Amino acid sequence: MTTGVGSTEPEKSGGADLRGAGAGSWEPVIGLEIHVQLKTETKMFCRCRNGFGGEPNSQTCPVCLAFPGALPVPNRRAIEETIKLGLALDCTIAERAVFHRKNYFYPDNPKAYQISQYDEPLCARGHLDVPTEHGVTRIGITRAHLEEDAAKNVHVAASGRIHGATATLVDFNRCGTPLVEIVTEPDIHDAETAKRFLQLLRQTVVELELSDAELEHGSMRFDVNVSVRPAGSDELRTRTELKNMNSFSFAAKGIEREIARQIRIYEDGGVVEQETLHFDPAHEESPPLRSKEEAQDYRYFPEPDLVPVEPGKDLVDRLRATLQVLPGARITRIAETLSFYDADVLVTGGLDRLWTSLVDAGADPKEAANVLANQFVAAGIDPGTVDAGELAKLVSARAEIPRAAFDEALAKVGERGFSADPYLEQKVVADTAELDPIIQRIIDANPAQAEQYRSGKEGLLGFFVGRVMKETGGSADPRVVNERVRALL
Amino acid sequence: MARITRDEVLHVARLARIELSDDEVAKFQEQLANILEAVSKVSELDLSDVPPTAHPLEIANAWAEDVPRDCLPLDEVFANAPDRDGDYFRTPPA
Repeated sequence: MTTGVGSTEPEKSGGADLRGAGAGSWEPVIGLEIHVQLKTETKMFCRCRNGFGGEPNSQTCPVCLAFPGALPVPNRRAIEETIKLGLALDCTIAERAVFHRKNYFYPDNPKAYQISQYDEPLCARGHLDVPTEHGVTRIGITRAHLEEDAAKNVHVAASGRIHGATATLVDFNRCGTPLVEIVTEPDIHDAETAKRFLQLLRQTVVELELSDAELEHGSMRFDVNVSVRPAGSDELRTRTELKNMNSFSFAAKGIEREIARQIRIYEDGGVVEQETLHFDPAHEESPPLRSKEEAQDYRYFPEPDLVPVEPGKDLVDRLRATLQVLPGARITRIAETLSFYDADVLVTGGLDRLWTSLVDAGADPKEAANVLANQFVAAGIDPGTVDAGELAKLVSARAEIPRAAFDEALAKVGERGFSADPYLEQKVVADTAELDPIIQRIIDANPAQAEQYRSGKEGLLGFFVGRVMKETGGSADPRVVNERVRALL
Repeated sequence: MARITRDEVLHVARLARIELSDDEVAKFQEQLANILEAVSKVSELDLSDVPPTAHPLEIANAWAEDVPRDCLPLDEVFANAPDRDGDYFRTPPA
């Protein structure tokens, strides 16, 4: 949730471009707020299990149900993981961080306050470098702080609609589970960069093993603030908030639509109203404040039940030492060998480590990237289960073995003890002496199609090639077949 | 005497979703004013050199390891619940 203490001054936005800005005289200003559920064993302030799937209210205790007298005790691992994320985002880690109470009254929180962080968050003033085709765009991170999640409310009504609900049912299993909130500077100026930022942040969080960060399960959620201003100006105009978007592509489309809408309003001489646009009512979080209530109505004050967190240099150094090369840097590095697009797909798809192993094992870089991004992803195999040496052999032999054999081998490449060798023995048939009689037979059997092809209907080439591939059980070399069908027709 | 307006009392009451009668508004107006008055005593001191205190104890890093413990059995979870629907707490529509 927005705390309102972050800087609202736009910082320099490295290399932002204005694609998607519509009219060239307007510059969109976009800021993001992301929530990530940490996958700790226990909740943030009690030792109830943190996890999906329990029966309603079965993962609760006096602390997360706010029974009188119960006292919170912070989860050390959640604090460490937040610091780790802060380090990955080049944040300054606070020497002293404080938890605050954020007061609001709503059935998703039995204490009537959420324990969050306010003006002394664990991590502040960082950035994430987002690689683009035109270099790197640096997006400032205002802060990353730790807080507790709220309960799940189910609004029930005879009609099944949220409006006109007759009661609210509350499951406190999620209440008190650790949540990291990341707030960016308004450094983003087009929808595509917003999408790339979110993808890269998600991959970073997943690689740090902090969170599953799955949008469809709500373990990663984000809100987008959008405004536009005359290009070249540094004013910040009224922004609208886009909430509950459940995919990155959907977010990019929503942002583009909203930018266009605001530009239209200004160009018609109108005024943009501050408002919140909800995109996915099914994932709707209950808004604790009604629109007329202000941030000051949260009445933040230091949580008296918790002492400050002072991470100390030793802890921060130890956590820093666990960081590996981050995805953004890997995209940039791989883009020296492949196109930016391929590098981006490999890294944000979690495939680049396997790609590196394939290349090390002798596979052609481009060929390996193609196979991974297409057939491998389509086969739904976990990259971690693959013997890179065997897959590299397969990739290198792709042109020489029948398509069917390649597909069959790829489907099994994640199996324990998989060997590519039996598949490599199946050679593709490229011998014209062997193929020509088959092709001729098929042409003779389909005189009408042959006639149409000869009179200009070239699309029928595929018909003949397909018949030949079928006839040969997929073992023919499609390039040779193509060539020979043309010649013989 | 610190002052708190009737509107401020009503505002705070609304944030807590509490309905107050006119008599109660007057009563809380006086009580809240007294509390503010007492706390404002602190501003009589020169504290320009004193850093803000988040907690009176001089300790930090009171935390626990991430190891699960037993949760409450459901009958205890719901022992004081005014309304229950299956294994859910039931509240007026929110």
